[in-house]
Amino acid sequence: MGLWKEFTTGIIKENPVIVLMIGLCPALAVSSSANDAFGMSIAVLFVLLASNIIVSMVRNHTPDAIRIPIFIVIISTFVTLVDYVIHAFDMELYASLGVFIPLIVVNCVILGRAEAFAYKNSILSSTMDGLGMAIGFMLTMTILGGIRELIGNGTFTILNYQLINLGENFQPALAFIMPPGAFLTIAFMMAAHRKWLKK
Amino acid sequence: MVSNELTWYMILLSSILINNIVLIRFLALCSFFGVSNEIETSIGMGMAVIFVMTLASAATWILWYALLLPFQLEYLRTAVFILVIAGLVQFVEMYMKKALKSLYNAMGIYLPLITTNCAVLAIALLNIDYGLGFVNSIIYTVGVAVGYTLAIILFAGIKERIALSTTIPVPFRGHPIGFITAALMSLAFLGFSHLFGL
Repeated sequence: MGLWKEFTTGIIKENPVIVLMIGLCPALAVSSSANDAFGMSIAVLFVLLASNIIVSMVRNHTPDAIRIPIFIVIISTFVTLVDYVIHAFDMELYASLGVFIPLIVVNCVILGRAEAFAYKNSILSSTMDGLGMAIGFMLTMTILGGIRELIGNGTFTILNYQLINLGENFQPALAFIMPPGAFLTIAFMMAAHRKWLKK
Repeated sequence: MVSNELTWYMILLSSILINNIVLIRFLALCSFFGVSNEIETSIGMGMAVIFVMTLASAATWILWYALLLPFQLEYLRTAVFILVIAGLVQFVEMYMKKALKSLYNAMGIYLPLITTNCAVLAIALLNIDYGLGFVNSIIYTVGVAVGYTLAIILFAGIKERIALSTTIPVPFRGHPIGFITAALMSLAFLGFSHLFGL
């Protein structure tokens, strides 16, 4: 039961983007289409999971005073890995994510979980916590990207498959795939979360 | 896009207005929403960002062209840059506390916040990605930081007024209305795009 709770808090009760307001920069910047948003959250999932596991593994050998630099080195190792893998396999995604791939290093979700959770808990519960947080991040990103793409472009694409196409008669509101749309959409998502999901 | 062919004032205008770092490029959002409740604190934060960002850009630029490139260590870029920035901020904080007491009182408390400010790392990386020369990358960095300061001061001014309002629906109070404000500001800044065909 404890493990399951660690898994689900990250999705609704402590959703990183909507409730904790961390990891906002990538969430807003690369969510102009559901496809990019999904790709970004896969990258974050990998880094968060891997760094949570490693941090939790070395937590008994880490001197307290220099733990932050150690976390940063661990995290940036995985970020460099992800950077090179995306570069090798999906050039289109790499181009649209751009500088936000190396910026995963300073994504507060990852360093925050390493410091607040993985440094104090066992490997198994750190894994569950990382998974929950990453899935919460992924859900928010995909919904945000989906809404913006649907209103701003009339399509919904995920993993390069086009699922919805509203056709030529739909007049897209271009502002939604431009920067103002991101702020507006997340504002309404936050308000909806407060009204209906917060118990 | 910024490149070496632009004159210095075009780089400045482009980085302050057209590609405003907060409202158009979505960097440094955490501090933008976190430290913008009063105009005074947002000025302090802006000054600290201008200072640290310029230093960090200069340091990482030199490091990249003098050390990482000649020894073919490009893959260490992310790790080295973030560690250098974190170390630099610590160092500046300690030096300021000892030697420049009045400056430290004005912006000292914001310095540790800046290490996790993604804009500092992003600009260091972008200077390299755009292939800017040393002088141009400093100009670009100053422009970006001034753009950040402009945005956060404007935002704090609006937020001070919003705090007095009582007509906002309950679920929108606090951060959601802040995001809507940012959306409208961002819409205004979109008006600067294509200012001179950039």
